[in-house]
Amino acid sequence: MTEARARTPDGVPILEMRNISKTFPGVKALSNVNLTIYPGEVHALMGENGAGKSTLMKTLSGAYQADPGGEIRVGGVPLKASGPIEARAAGVSIIYQELALSPNLTVAENIYLNREPRRGGLIDRGAMLRGSEGVLQRLGAAFTPATLVGTLSIAEQQMVEIARAVHAESRILVMDEPTTALSSRESEKLFEIVRQLRRDGLAIIYISHRMAEVYELSDRVSVLRDGTYVGTILRDEMTPELVVKMMVGRDLSSFYKKSHRFSPDAPPVLEVRGLGDGRRVHDVSFDLHPGEVLGLAGLVGAGRTEMARMLFGADPRSTGEVRLAGKSVQIRSPQDAIDVGIVYLTEDRKAEGVLLDMSAKDNINLMICGKDSRAGILDLRKALQRCRDAIAAMKIRVAGPEITVGSLSGGNQQKCLLSRLLETRPMVLILDEPTRGVDVGAKSEIYRIIDDLAKSGAGVLVISSELAEVVGVADRVIVMREGHLEGEVTGDDIDQENIIALATAATRVSPVAGAAGGFDLGDAAPAGQVAVGHNPGASRPTAH
Amino acid sequence: MSTATPAKTEARSSAVAKQRMRSFMQTAGMLPVLVLLAILFQFLSAYGDTGSLHWEAGRFLTSANLPVVAQLASINAVLATGMTFVILTGGIDLSVGSILAVSAMSALIVATGVNYSVVTIPVGLLVGAGFGLVNGTLIAALKLPPFIVTLGSLTAVRGLARLFGNDTTVFNSDLSFAGIASNFSTPIGDISWLTVIALAVVALAWFILRRTVLGIHIYAVGGNPAAARLSGIKVWFILLFAYGTSGLLSGLAGLMQAAQLQSANGLQLGTGYELDAIAAVILGGTSFVGGVGSVIGTLIGALIIAVLANGLILAGVSDVWQYIIKGLVIIGAVALDRLRNQGGART
Repeated sequence: MTEARARTPDGVPILEMRNISKTFPGVKALSNVNLTIYPGEVHALMGENGAGKSTLMKTLSGAYQADPGGEIRVGGVPLKASGPIEARAAGVSIIYQELALSPNLTVAENIYLNREPRRGGLIDRGAMLRGSEGVLQRLGAAFTPATLVGTLSIAEQQMVEIARAVHAESRILVMDEPTTALSSRESEKLFEIVRQLRRDGLAIIYISHRMAEVYELSDRVSVLRDGTYVGTILRDEMTPELVVKMMVGRDLSSFYKKSHRFSPDAPPVLEVRGLGDGRRVHDVSFDLHPGEVLGLAGLVGAGRTEMARMLFGADPRSTGEVRLAGKSVQIRSPQDAIDVGIVYLTEDRKAEGVLLDMSAKDNINLMICGKDSRAGILDLRKALQRCRDAIAAMKIRVAGPEITVGSLSGGNQQKCLLSRLLETRPMVLILDEPTRGVDVGAKSEIYRIIDDLAKSGAGVLVISSELAEVVGVADRVIVMREGHLEGEVTGDDIDQENIIALATAATRVSPVAGAAGGFDLGDAAPAGQVAVGHNPGASRPTAH
Repeated sequence: MSTATPAKTEARSSAVAKQRMRSFMQTAGMLPVLVLLAILFQFLSAYGDTGSLHWEAGRFLTSANLPVVAQLASINAVLATGMTFVILTGGIDLSVGSILAVSAMSALIVATGVNYSVVTIPVGLLVGAGFGLVNGTLIAALKLPPFIVTLGSLTAVRGLARLFGNDTTVFNSDLSFAGIASNFSTPIGDISWLTVIALAVVALAWFILRRTVLGIHIYAVGGNPAAARLSGIKVWFILLFAYGTSGLLSGLAGLMQAAQLQSANGLQLGTGYELDAIAAVILGGTSFVGGVGSVIGTLIGALIIAVLANGLILAGVSDVWQYIIKGLVIIGAVALDRLRNQGGART
């Protein structure tokens, strides 16, 4: 942490991307983007979802062909006829979010994949093991080259990918949101490795949404917006306000809207008592009032989602009582919960939320179409009306009701999913990571919707890993840790420090390590730092 | 947020048009193949008879032959309709041929005692539905893989069909429901009631899939079972319905076949029918992973298979080559479909 950073780039750039454009049928994903990277620098690449970061990196890796007119030079040499093989030969390695390893092969086999040393036409296993051993030691790996990759943790698998890149003598290493699946300790370890690679003279392009990380690691930051290059700033010039402004191109000071008011004296709409399964969740009790937005915070693995799913009947529970509007309700399946007026927005939209191949209309009407039907026969007119109303009310950007949801952006998919829940007019909404994978614009609209819901008298439980989001939207925050309800923060006490203190209780670590973990904290950097991209412009809201 | 610019509006309407085109292609994508095959066989049958490619001399597109093709397709169309429900949920039913056999046997055996349609027809249908529900229960309740369950029942139910008839052929030349295999004359030629039944089944299935809550739920379960469950859909019920329907329609197909043959043999009846049914569904553009497809496509798929069988005979192609060509056409047609859809496919 003592290294001098914000070095002014000097010397010969290792990578120059000039006038890179990429046109897909009907969409211009990149337009005249420039990027210059020097050896021995960590260069952060930031931008909203859909800003073109991944597309730019895919043109670099050869997965996409840039439009004619652009040029990519690696070490001064133009990268021509670029495909994945040429890019790799030129020394470009990319570590994607979804790791690309073969789980049934050993670490050594993965490191040497496609470059296996041969002896007499056969693979030279000895050489493979020895070669891998050296690289792994340099990176400080705690596993052997003969380990099966499938048995490693995500962090360790990531290390194998890095080892593969290092072993292939890559000169440019692209890391796409590498810490999303890592714990804080694992992230710290990763940062160490990144710093070591920088000392070794590698150029690292680091894509991240997390401001604290970027601030800690990178020498320079380049920002993309809507497929165009906005600019590059040195680390010393970097402030969250500036980066946010570069990313979204407008001021988002009134990002969180909290116009609803609730009275804590009103009888609770939802009372949860002693909820648990004896394994991951223990004895959780809380109240939710009508018109209240209750935040549920906690580190990844604290049992928040597990608790919510139990409450919703999606997973079995062994103990606990749930009362809705004063009446005890039996919830054994999601259907039971929906019938009494509790709905759940999943944290994993693609895997268990939207129906990608079905139309926006069918997605939005999925839960309500049974009620609208007569003798099981769909009311098509009503379905269409509901869809059109939802598109208007939620500002869903979709060309028409029949468009399949799979073709929409993450934010619009999320709005379709939310509409599906809202059509049932629930009394209680459990929103699990409601803005995950959603761009900034859609994010602020989702906050507005949450506010509107509370205004209309529903009880809203918002689970979020983004502290700024919890602080921004919630009237009251409950915090879980290791399956228990650790405590509650109310009123003026609602701030990131108080929540993180509860969430980490006994094992409190430095704020930076905490930032890299389950939370997108912002307190690694000076006042008001936030995880940009997820929660730009966040400042502590004035307490209600 | 902002008012739509003309460019945006244009992009939007083109997206809508594209979507419409895509869903149309998904349904009717194989229609051109069907038409091309029919034209081809018109020429080839002429060539087989006269040695020249005279359109007028062809025997395929005639009022005598087309009803034959339709009848030929009818039993497979009924089986494939049931299969469409199953494949839409992301499953597979390999046991339809065996269930067809056991239903036909049951109906014929009962008919030797009480030869009344009000008894024999329900027996055939219920036996079919019963075995389908057994499949469905094993898949929905015990969460066993559909391929394994129905592979097992393919064999076991075949054994039961043989057992029911003591491994002999059961004849009944005076079958009460034999009328469903008879023809009635229309201005466009004599049409079999089997064809009418098949069309009715397809129409009903279309209605269920496109116009009922159940249909939406079937697509939802096939497209994303986890999402369906979180949306309050009883996934187990949908699976039970799909396999039960497949069994019921296999039973109906068994009755149709028994009426046609007025006999049934537990060993031979319906063997390999499951493959034709699956082929029809896949030709019809239904996705093997579930959630995408239509029963209209399935009907076209069943017709393609029947056109091939009938056309190759008219063209004088030997039985051995008929198999080879049929297989290649199925692969080729699906490959074509893939290539054509690649542009619009979601990545």
